[in-house]
Amino acid sequence: MTQPLDLHAVSAHYGTTKVLEDLSLSVQAGELVSLLGASGCGKTTTLRLIAGFLSPTAGSIQLGGRDLTRLPPHKRDIGLVFQNYALFPHLSVLDNVAFGLKQRDIPSAERRKRATAMLERVGLAALADRAPGALSGGQKQRVALARALVIEPPLLMFDEPLSNLDAKLRVDMRVEIRQLQRSNGTTSVYVTHDQEEAFSISDRVAIMNAGRLMQFDKPEVLYRRPANPFVARFVGFENIIPFKVISRDGEMVTAETAGMTLRLSQAVYGAIPDTFLLATRPDGLMVSTDPAAKGLPAQLGLRTYLGRAYQYQCETSAGHLVANGSLTTPLEAGTGVKLVPVPEQCTILATEDAR
Amino acid sequence: MSDRPHPILIAVAALVYLFLMLPLVIVVGAALSDTTYLTFPPQGLSLRWFENIFAISAFRRTIVTSLQIAFTGTLLALLIGIPAAYALNRFRVELPKWLGTLFVLPILVPEIVFGFALLKSLTVGTGVPIFAALLIGHTLLVLPYVVRVISASLASFDFSIEEAAISLGSAPVKTFFTIVLPNVRAGVIAAFILAFITSLNDVSVSLFLTGPGISTLPIQILAHVEQFFDPTVASVSVLLMFLTVAVMVVVERTLGLTFLAK
Repeated sequence: MTQPLDLHAVSAHYGTTKVLEDLSLSVQAGELVSLLGASGCGKTTTLRLIAGFLSPTAGSIQLGGRDLTRLPPHKRDIGLVFQNYALFPHLSVLDNVAFGLKQRDIPSAERRKRATAMLERVGLAALADRAPGALSGGQKQRVALARALVIEPPLLMFDEPLSNLDAKLRVDMRVEIRQLQRSNGTTSVYVTHDQEEAFSISDRVAIMNAGRLMQFDKPEVLYRRPANPFVARFVGFENIIPFKVISRDGEMVTAETAGMTLRLSQAVYGAIPDTFLLATRPDGLMVSTDPAAKGLPAQLGLRTYLGRAYQYQCETSAGHLVANGSLTTPLEAGTGVKLVPVPEQCTILATEDAR
Repeated sequence: MSDRPHPILIAVAALVYLFLMLPLVIVVGAALSDTTYLTFPPQGLSLRWFENIFAISAFRRTIVTSLQIAFTGTLLALLIGIPAAYALNRFRVELPKWLGTLFVLPILVPEIVFGFALLKSLTVGTGVPIFAALLIGHTLLVLPYVVRVISASLASFDFSIEEAAISLGSAPVKTFFTIVLPNVRAGVIAAFILAFITSLNDVSVSLFLTGPGISTLPIQILAHVEQFFDPTVASVSVLLMFLTVAVMVVVERTLGLTFLAK
């Protein structure tokens, strides 16, 4: 029952506003893919295009080889889970779950049986006769999930399904959603602005910005090897320092920025262009008080306590950087230090204007 | 600050209520008078003026006409107003702002001007039959109320509920009847009652549109007062009052009056 989803060069414009530009995305059968980005990045538009509540200006959408592009939403056979649950307030929990089966002309006794079985799977069989208004947020979202799953859709979509729940429940629910999705093997598209949620739940994540797909890969790759400065900043590479190559010696490359030279191996980082950006998280810059250390001279600013380390705001000739320092020796603002990049925690990006 | 209202506040409130209620008390008193002329306080108690309403055929006829017009006009207004309110709320972002205002315009135009305009365009201009003209006039008169009240109800309706139903395979028109309408039922009932009362009590619009042989109750009351000064007119006013109060009590009992104030 599970099917691959293909978006091919999809664009959506509202008047002159380009909400989505030339988006191509393939979701394999049984895969859970998250669309991740800030509000206005086009992730919800993408979901609504797939659901059929919006029509693309250009491009096509295919589900298991079936062309959805011009199909009305009620014929698309897609299970949807909404942020605000969207349960039918005038129907009981059981009738909510059975609603989709009713539309498929399944006889009443069979409907009841299948809806009850689905409610059992989400652990809510005891609440079948309640009104949705009498449920907690977590229970409501379970009913919504059961309602979407019971029609055995070839595609399941989630629109920020956990945003209205409290933090603890959010974590429990995402595990539950992932388990249900895994055991059903339903191809799924999951929209969220929460990076941790997207990374923890997904097979692959599509990071979007301003209506464009920035990078689409496994969470591990996105986290370790962002492909561009936007994704790098998004996943926490707060320090992005421009470098220029001054000499090449086989695999080894020597590059400099104002106040520091670095030797980098192309065996580690891949081919290094003549100008590039070195990106690190605050953990990737070691704070050294040794004047002989080979690093970027910096003036320490505000210090904040993170629990596992102290974090320093630093002023350098390469601009404002953020570094983490050891807990044993807190340093005062104004101290002059060296920031030493930790090679295994750095990644190399093409310069923005070169792209 | 004490949590009891100040005595002066109570006194003022009482005066306001007295001011509002006194004319009604006088009408009720006059209706019960045994005299052949309107007077207050009533001299002798009698229900004969109530009987007299039904003895006068013009009253019998106009009560029926008024109820027919109010009922049919309200139904027509709901038939136009519900889809209009739905569209105005569902496509709030896409539709131009003035479109919502358009539906409230008949309330903003002085009723007398509205009535005159209807006379010119319906009766004089195109020669529409009197009953039909009254019906159209009253439909247009109550339409703004219907659109407003149902819009208020739809404003708190979450349209993702409708999308959920559609995604589950329910066609859009069917979804409107099985999902949207049941959830704004209270608004529809409130709109019906408000429109019904407005139509039943209307004078200005009916004044222009009634004609030979066909009139509404409030217009008949006016006509009666011009010729006779007996308590019949008071008793028929009381009847109209009680019809209105009865409808309001039904609303209060089922939905709460605050619903209408939305």
